Amino acid sequence: MERDKNFILGVYDDEDVLLDAISKVRGSGVKIHEVYSPFPVHGIDDVLGYKRSKLPIAAFLFGILGTTLALVMQFYMMKIDWPMIIGGKDHAAFPDFIPVTFELTVLLAAFGMVGVFMIASNLKPWGQPRIFDIRITDDKHVMAIDLAVNSSLEESQLSDVLKNSGASEVNFKSFE
Amino acid sequence: MHVTSSVREPLITGGKTLKDVTHDISRQVEAKPSLGWLLAFLFSVGVLLLGSIALVATLWEGIGMWGLNKTVGWAWDITNFVWWVGIGHAGTLISAVLLLFRQKWRMAINRAAEAMTIFAVICAAMFPVIHMGRPWLGAYWALPLPNTFGSLWVNFNSPLLWDVFAISTYFAVSLVFWYIGLIPDFATIRDRASGIRKTIYGALSFGWDGAAKTWSRYESVALILAGLATPLVLSVHTIVSFDFATSVIPGWHTTIFPPYFVAGAIFSGFAMVLTLMIVTRKVFHLEDYITIGHIELMNIVIIITGSIVGIAYITEFFIAWYSGVAAEQYAFMNRMFGPYWWAYWSMMTCNVISPQLFWFKKIRTSIVATFILSLVVNIGMWFERFVIIVTSLHRDYLPSSWAMFYPTISDIGVYLFTFGLFFTLFFLFAKFFPVVNMAEIKSIVKSSSEKVIK
Repeated sequence: MERDKNFILGVYDDEDVLLDAISKVRGSGVKIHEVYSPFPVHGIDDVLGYKRSKLPIAAFLFGILGTTLALVMQFYMMKIDWPMIIGGKDHAAFPDFIPVTFELTVLLAAFGMVGVFMIASNLKPWGQPRIFDIRITDDKHVMAIDLAVNSSLEESQLSDVLKNSGASEVNFKSFE
Repeated sequence: MHVTSSVREPLITGGKTLKDVTHDISRQVEAKPSLGWLLAFLFSVGVLLLGSIALVATLWEGIGMWGLNKTVGWAWDITNFVWWVGIGHAGTLISAVLLLFRQKWRMAINRAAEAMTIFAVICAAMFPVIHMGRPWLGAYWALPLPNTFGSLWVNFNSPLLWDVFAISTYFAVSLVFWYIGLIPDFATIRDRASGIRKTIYGALSFGWDGAAKTWSRYESVALILAGLATPLVLSVHTIVSFDFATSVIPGWHTTIFPPYFVAGAIFSGFAMVLTLMIVTRKVFHLEDYITIGHIELMNIVIIITGSIVGIAYITEFFIAWYSGVAAEQYAFMNRMFGPYWWAYWSMMTCNVISPQLFWFKKIRTSIVATFILSLVVNIGMWFERFVIIVTSLHRDYLPSSWAMFYPTISDIGVYLFTFGLFFTLFFLFAKFFPVVNMAEIKSIVKSSSEKVIK
């Protein structure tokens, strides 16, 4: 059987039941493909074993880039390229450069991080998500299990594992 | 496990389930426009068109169309600018600062407040742009672009230039913050829709899939954006206040300006949020999501910031006296008893006295009283900026050049134009975008609703 095509889905109504279920399902040796929810469920990363996102690091690096560009730009323009005396101040009036430096740091950090987020999560206006169950943007949580990845277990065994974990429904979904 | 103290008031009333949340918020987007909405929208477009006559006249003839003179070179334009920027402070404060403080009541109002912020900042930015006289050349004056003067750069020592960077960064970051929050809700609407609507909301939702991994990244993006937006929101009005504080005009040259302006901005921003939300909750039947509790909490923010503003007014007076500078002392006496006394006392009444009424629980939990007082605060805050700007300029160091400022029809018209723009954008938002953040509300249905679902 090919991977990433045929899935068994456990549908959950409640986020706390879902969190328990994830631990139970993983505990019984089943590999979960992904869990889909209508809202962010707190603590789901831990039970799924996801590592902390590295996006804050991206934000920090873009922020540093913003600080550097802003300072280089201002010193180059005011001190090197066309020095002018304004209000008797030093050409390189460092304290005066702080506001613009701060703003550009924030701007680059925010846009850089959001850009990385968009790319990492494959978010784009023409993006077509694979929808396992239309209700995951309404009121249901869905746990998707790839049948090919868990081929050591029978479909009926997987179905039992899901039902015992508190799933209100168990469905199958295949993608072309 | 969710544990919520029993003394906490529920944030969502009416025993709502997750499905109810989706339904209650999405139905506004999906329904045909109501007659009331259509009339209100057409009225705003009418105001916009009427105001654009004044705008076109100003652009065609020049800034001479305004009531400015040699003495009062800044008046309604900058007053309106500071007023709109101030209003634009509540949205990001609610979504960023209250997120960092884990205040869950923000979830019902942050979407609309952020939309308000973005539209208010657009209105604010109109004024400095128009005041350039030839806005089509404005990019050369406001941005460090190479030019044919041998690259004579913009002046990075000027607070006016800092303002360009502050306002545009604030606008851009607020817009991104707002849009990131909208993506999951657009996906909800996409999954309920069909046909062309599905295509449009599908594109707006950026192919959101609701996966746990995506939510995890989304949460960390929201947290970092909040962390970045918090100092940003404080920096914006600080830098706006530098436009005045770094000059040597009596009444402007004070170190109290940055915190005083920031408090005033939050004060007026919350007042505008209340004005808009009280109407929105009524029209869209959102009483279960935006409860009296939410209104009361916002009124408490108004008491705090209003009192800070009041103390700032008194401090300014004390320091004017204590400094022993005659020009400074005169500027403040002139505010109180000079030809603009009515503006000064309107400001004092609206900003210092009226918000103190919110100490009474009956008043701060009354929708009618809150609505009226929110309008009063907005009027008061407009007068505050007018008082600071015009009364300080009209009688400066040289008595032979003392003058009065009288607004012209163009001044009024351009202000009307921004009102038309603001409400046109807000009504479009209220109709076509989900006005309450559904995904965030759903995350607290279990812990903060009246009836815990089983």
